[in-house]
Amino acid sequence: MSAPDYFQVFGLAPKLALDLADLEQRFYRLSRESHPDRFQRATPAERERSLDASAILNDAYRTLRDPILRAEYVLKRLGLPADSKQVPPELLEEVFALNEALEGHNAAQLKAGRSHFEALRAETDLELQSLFAQFDEGDLAAPERIRALLNRRRYIMNLLQTAAHV
Amino acid sequence: MSDLLQIDFGEHGASPVIGIDLGTTNSLAAFMDLSGPVVIPGEDGERLVPSVVYRSPAGEIVVGNAARRMLIDDPSRTVYSVKRLMGRGVADVADELKLFPFRIAPDSDAVIRLDLGERTFTPPEISAFILIQLKKNAEAYLRQAVTQAVITVPAYFNDAQRQATKDAGRIAGLEVLRLVNEPTAASLAYGLDKRNDGIVAVYDLGGGTFDISILKLHDGIFEVLATNGDTHLGGDDIDNRLLRIALEDVASEWGEDPSRNGSLVQTLRRAVIDAKERLSFGPRATIDLDWQGRKYQREIAREQFETLIRNIVDRTLGPCRNCIEDAGLTPEQIDEVVLVGGSTRIPLVRQAVENLFRARPHTDLNPDEVVALGAAVQAGILTGAVEDKLLLDVTPLSLGIETMGGVVSKLIHRNSTIPASATETFTTAVDGQKNVLIHVLQGERELVKDCRSLARFDLKDIDPLPAGAPRIEVRFLIDANGILSVTARDERTAKEQSIEVKPSYGLTDNQVEAMIQESYAHAAEDIRERQVREARLEADQILAALEKARAHDAWGEMTPTEQVLIERALNELLTVYHSEDHELIRAHIELLNQTTMRLAELMMNAAVRTALKGKTI
Repeated sequence: MSAPDYFQVFGLAPKLALDLADLEQRFYRLSRESHPDRFQRATPAERERSLDASAILNDAYRTLRDPILRAEYVLKRLGLPADSKQVPPELLEEVFALNEALEGHNAAQLKAGRSHFEALRAETDLELQSLFAQFDEGDLAAPERIRALLNRRRYIMNLLQTAAHV
Repeated sequence: MSDLLQIDFGEHGASPVIGIDLGTTNSLAAFMDLSGPVVIPGEDGERLVPSVVYRSPAGEIVVGNAARRMLIDDPSRTVYSVKRLMGRGVADVADELKLFPFRIAPDSDAVIRLDLGERTFTPPEISAFILIQLKKNAEAYLRQAVTQAVITVPAYFNDAQRQATKDAGRIAGLEVLRLVNEPTAASLAYGLDKRNDGIVAVYDLGGGTFDISILKLHDGIFEVLATNGDTHLGGDDIDNRLLRIALEDVASEWGEDPSRNGSLVQTLRRAVIDAKERLSFGPRATIDLDWQGRKYQREIAREQFETLIRNIVDRTLGPCRNCIEDAGLTPEQIDEVVLVGGSTRIPLVRQAVENLFRARPHTDLNPDEVVALGAAVQAGILTGAVEDKLLLDVTPLSLGIETMGGVVSKLIHRNSTIPASATETFTTAVDGQKNVLIHVLQGERELVKDCRSLARFDLKDIDPLPAGAPRIEVRFLIDANGILSVTARDERTAKEQSIEVKPSYGLTDNQVEAMIQESYAHAAEDIRERQVREARLEADQILAALEKARAHDAWGEMTPTEQVLIERALNELLTVYHSEDHELIRAHIELLNQTTMRLAELMMNAAVRTALKGKTI
């Protein structure tokens, strides 16, 4: 069982910028074709195939409709999986500041931290969007840069979660 | 004659698939008629079958309204609200036991066993009794054998609770074609898709469970965006609150503790429920108890009642807000709200829903019946009778595996459309290791101890290789019922890897199989008994008819030989009358029929002559 190509499932070219309305229409159409409900009175083999196909369709839709999951999926297939261990160096200072605020139970500082991280995330998302476009145009440097940004984004999200759960 | 009774169900000619709402308080079945889904009434003509099971000292099982009456006459042999125990272990239900008169048998282990007189039964077996009753009702109503069903479950039911429901179906002799989530089923029954595309929230507060589901409707597709809930929150909790007050009252007024008297508690519980139901339609109601000549009364005003239950109602709002957030929406974006479940008749509940969603909820369909009707629509989708609709449901809880340090690594996130799958590669930690144990859990928390253990999967017979060399690819698949299956494959050899499944809660396949065998044995016994009884009834009828005929003039017209032959056939029938062989009895009825044919003819002629004579006068 080789890993299915999620773009191929939808008959789409592997692009990072997708038309979500179009993706949804394709998802609904393919669901009607492959869903197990349609194969209740079919042979066991056909039923198994339908279960398998609709599971893959659903997995593919879940991955592709979310721009971040979509990018992670594409990069993983390019041999650039997520790296969660390394702290992006430019964020080190923010991490220290957050820890300080956490230890000191400084509510005002935490609140400021939260809105700061929110701003960082929005900034990253904007940057990602333009990189996605460059990727789709065939820019060979784009994947590495997207990888670094996605790692950074993931880290910011962790910081946000930490700041929110106190 | 039986040909006339045969009704042709649809162009498919296949046996009907019924939809079943197996509820905490009431259960009911529905089927897809040519005009739409229709509720199947019970033997007593009532549409709702109370989910109450009574077992008589003779071992006879009674289900429904008759069993509900036994709750008062013989509470120690009667069970209600068994749905609360489905797929749960003894430790899970410690809290319930304080409020419900469940009698847990000491031999309970991963599965609870309930004492019902001389025998113990698991919750799936007790649910199976309810399903058997619904199946019987459907067969009597449709005049056809029913072997397949769609059964609804709370959307927030976990894997073990779903599996237990499926087991109940199997034990009852029903092939469960699909488990459908109750709120989703309700949305199918409403046919909201016909009106327009949009976002719909279904708020389902039943007897024991609460669900909230948010759906996107588009061109016949019912896509669930998110679901949330609480499988232990419902009308039962409201009843228990009122009951506690009433018990305290009675204790102080009568000067004795009533809580040990099962029959009294159940009578009081009934009185409390009556008062609760009346409070939905009037500003005040009285709890009215009359027990063996002793009386207790207490008037409750609507405001008092609302203060009493407000925090129960409020407990539904958190799941609602989480669900809206998970769907990526704000309350304003929800176009319509549908109310399901008997507890949504309570004005305070309606008000809370209106405040949260800022929309007047739909209540046009009976909240007690809408789920079963939706299950019948889903049955129609499965048989092909309903072609335009398709339900895309989600899994309510995240699925993960235990990793180092007791941490759960999530593989399939909650609210993923089902069927859903995830693949993970496992290897060994020491040289020559032959087994790998995978612990699968359900829940949203990070640590194993805070999630619900689902099962342990043992990958067996791994080729002995250096640590880290084997690569076993494991696929976790949640099917359209929301039930997990696991397959594994050795990546090097591409061979299927054998797995042993140890469910943490619930019955093993062998246990279910044994229960099915037992129920078949009982069913065969039941059928034999019924056939014998029917044959004797028929014999009684012909014997009585012959008795009359011998006093008739026509008897004198018979030749002596004919009379002897009839006497002989009559005596033979009397000899076999008490045999347990219904075919033997029927054969002799037939013989007597044959020998009395001319007698019957003569009597008929005489009757016609009398009638004609009457006319000429």
